[in-house]
Amino acid sequence: MIGNAPFFVVGLLFLWGLMAIFTQKNLIKIAMAITILGSSVNMFLVALGYRTGGRVPIHFLEGDGGPMVLPTPQAMTLTAIVIALATTALILSLIMLIYRHYGTINVDEVRRLRG
Amino acid sequence: MKKMIFILSAVIIGGLTCGLLDVPHPFGDPGVVPMDEHFLGQALKDLSTENVVTSIVFDYRGFDTIGEAAVLFTAICSVTALFREGRKKS
Amino acid sequence: MKPLSLIVRTGCNLFAWFMLVFGVNVVVHGYASPGGGFQGGAIVATFIAFLLVSYGGEKIHSWVNEKIYDLILEETGLLLFITLAFMGLPTSFFYNFFTIPWEAYQQTGRLFPQGTTAIMSIAVGIEVAGALSMVILSMFKGIRLVSDRQIEEEPGHDR
Repeated sequence: MIGNAPFFVVGLLFLWGLMAIFTQKNLIKIAMAITILGSSVNMFLVALGYRTGGRVPIHFLEGDGGPMVLPTPQAMTLTAIVIALATTALILSLIMLIYRHYGTINVDEVRRLRG
Repeated sequence: MKKMIFILSAVIIGGLTCGLLDVPHPFGDPGVVPMDEHFLGQALKDLSTENVVTSIVFDYRGFDTIGEAAVLFTAICSVTALFREGRKKS
Repeated sequence: MKPLSLIVRTGCNLFAWFMLVFGVNVVVHGYASPGGGFQGGAIVATFIAFLLVSYGGEKIHSWVNEKIYDLILEETGLLLFITLAFMGLPTSFFYNFFTIPWEAYQQTGRLFPQGTTAIMSIAVGIEVAGALSMVILSMFKGIRLVSDRQIEEEPGHDR
């Protein structure tokens, strides 16, 4: 039970991002919540590949100790981080254009139509 | 609306807690994964690459990396197109 | 945005070049040490972020030609990556065609035993550096498009 504490932390971070998406009205805060949610998923992937007492998966740099941690989740997380970065850049650009068009970034006020 | 959100969050928290009590692989013990064992053993012998993660990203699973580069390129193109010069002021 | 004070500009002038050299070091040694193409490219892209924060958007946009980042860096890196992937095509896609195994490398001691892994890391580093620099420059230009009026007193800017 206590050994699974990293998974609990990741779950709490995920729920925090989800609740922020549901409850916040500011578009910048929603973008930050989406980023936190993606980071929690990345942390979950890295935590899945950890071995107790594991070493870094680089030969001749690992020191002494147990087996190497799994390298494939780390590689896939590296890919996911770059895709999340591209998505965040696009989200922030769209928020800037929304602010330029409507003059506000509140979700309730953006919803009304404006020629 | 607020009550619905709280009920939904309670259901999600309860479900996640019950799920975390019985994960198939606990933290620190992912079990035997034959693919990762093969990568850890063969990356230095075949490719003479010390960093196993780099050998996976750029050699064993390069196809994922090429898709990721395409996604990055598309996002940069759209950001550049959104803020191009000569847009009329609103 | 207005430029920051003299102390910040001098410090950023000095340390931006160290960040550039460190990023290139991380990219080039990606096969043997922690790092690689993506991380090193992100560090290289902080060079233009330093200069933008310290000098302000208008002066940097008058200095920088954006085609260097867009055409030369980004698309050259992507094309080099895809070309290296296709060059192993007689065997398979992404075949590492001029690597040599570890035992033969121990005996011969040839340079570049990693083959296409190291060169692909450098190519992706070039691409990511150009792409992130392009994002930062484009979003600063977007800030200039958004704010029609000149902001006289901006907090945190002393001049």
